[in-house]
Amino acid sequence: MTAEVPATHRLVGQGLTCVRERRVLFQNLNLASEPGQVLLVEGYNGAGKTSLLRILCGLSDPREGAVLWDGEDIRHCRWMFHDELLFIGHNPGIKLELSPIENLRFLGALGGHRTDEETLDAVLEKVGLLGYEEVPTRALSAGQRRRVALARLWLRPATLWILDEPLTAIDRRGAQTLAERIREHADSGGLTVLTTHQPISLVGIPLVRVALG
Amino acid sequence: MNGARTAFLGIVRRDVQLGFRNRGELLNPLFFFFLVVSLFPLGVGPSPSTLREIGPGVIWVSALLATLLSTERLFRSDFDDGTLEHLLLSPHPLPLLVLAKVVAHWLITGLPLILVSPMLGVLMHLPSEAIGVQLLALALGTPVLSLIGAIGVSLTVAIRRGGVLLTLVVLPLYVPVLIFGTSGVMAAASGVPSSGQLALIGAMLALALTLCPFATAAGLRISAD
Repeated sequence: MTAEVPATHRLVGQGLTCVRERRVLFQNLNLASEPGQVLLVEGYNGAGKTSLLRILCGLSDPREGAVLWDGEDIRHCRWMFHDELLFIGHNPGIKLELSPIENLRFLGALGGHRTDEETLDAVLEKVGLLGYEEVPTRALSAGQRRRVALARLWLRPATLWILDEPLTAIDRRGAQTLAERIREHADSGGLTVLTTHQPISLVGIPLVRVALG
Repeated sequence: MNGARTAFLGIVRRDVQLGFRNRGELLNPLFFFFLVVSLFPLGVGPSPSTLREIGPGVIWVSALLATLLSTERLFRSDFDDGTLEHLLLSPHPLPLLVLAKVVAHWLITGLPLILVSPMLGVLMHLPSEAIGVQLLALALGTPVLSLIGAIGVSLTVAIRRGGVLLTLVVLPLYVPVLIFGTSGVMAAASGVPSSGQLALIGAMLALALTLCPFATAAGLRISAD
């Protein structure tokens, strides 16, 4: 095996323009995120934060411009890019009929990862859901459901995290845990793109702000 | 390749699990199929010769409508709760994941229809050779219906009330399966070989299996935008 060069990844948005319902949400937006940085997207409701995040993920195409991952258009290296990406959106893909364990195992399987019982237990403990493994998610509170989704941050190694309002319905302790996790991720050279309306203490992490609207 | 297999099996397993958690939704198409077919002897009279004549058509039309009834479920809840985004963001080929969704859908809706069809064949006074052919024709035909239905759902899932549109998109594409399915069973009922019709449905299945997942994947990308 050859010595692996530590991969340094870069996410760049070039001249992004987004039009929704004939309204221009943003035009010719340029942004760049380096390893170890957190990109904080700010703006009022309806400014296009979610639209921007979906464009950065490759879920929707920008009207103009391109998103580059390591200098390559993500539309041309979709599978490689998505292997490095972890996206948690508004609707985090949690099925209410299934238990937290079943949900997480499925979301792991979609990335092609098989997750064993012990890892899942350890992760659920981290997000404070120990004792709820077998309960259908329907029976959990809004904050707890959100925690099930956020548990993925501990499960799968991914270089780029794109988190859309991860703190919705999360209590102060949970917000703290999340902030610490983001710090760990940044320290290990990961990239994070984040939108939030709640205060989150990201002291000591190189922060890049993108203001929309 | 291993990862893709994990993803494929993960989807099939979860969807079947979900099907069993929502038993009402699982049984709904099956009841529909059963009830519609069993109403015909009451409606047109119990004369065996009439029933034998209309039986293959009635069973196929009911199976087709029952499948249509359950098709929208294929991506609706995944679209609503965000699972669809995760499918699109998976590092594995989307057509493969789509195929897993369709396989799971067929296992919980198509397969039960096939299993109860011999009973309905007896109810319609079909001769036993025709019942065997019907079983085979449904086994080949219902996956085609699921695969074609997936294209329709992928295009209409983003529309709130897409049900009618879905029917309009999908039904014309169901017609060839209906024609050859029915004529195959009718041929068997009158003692004529039906291998030609079965081969044609098999060909449609091969075609649908190879092309539909790609069309559905493209449709889903448009719907998610």
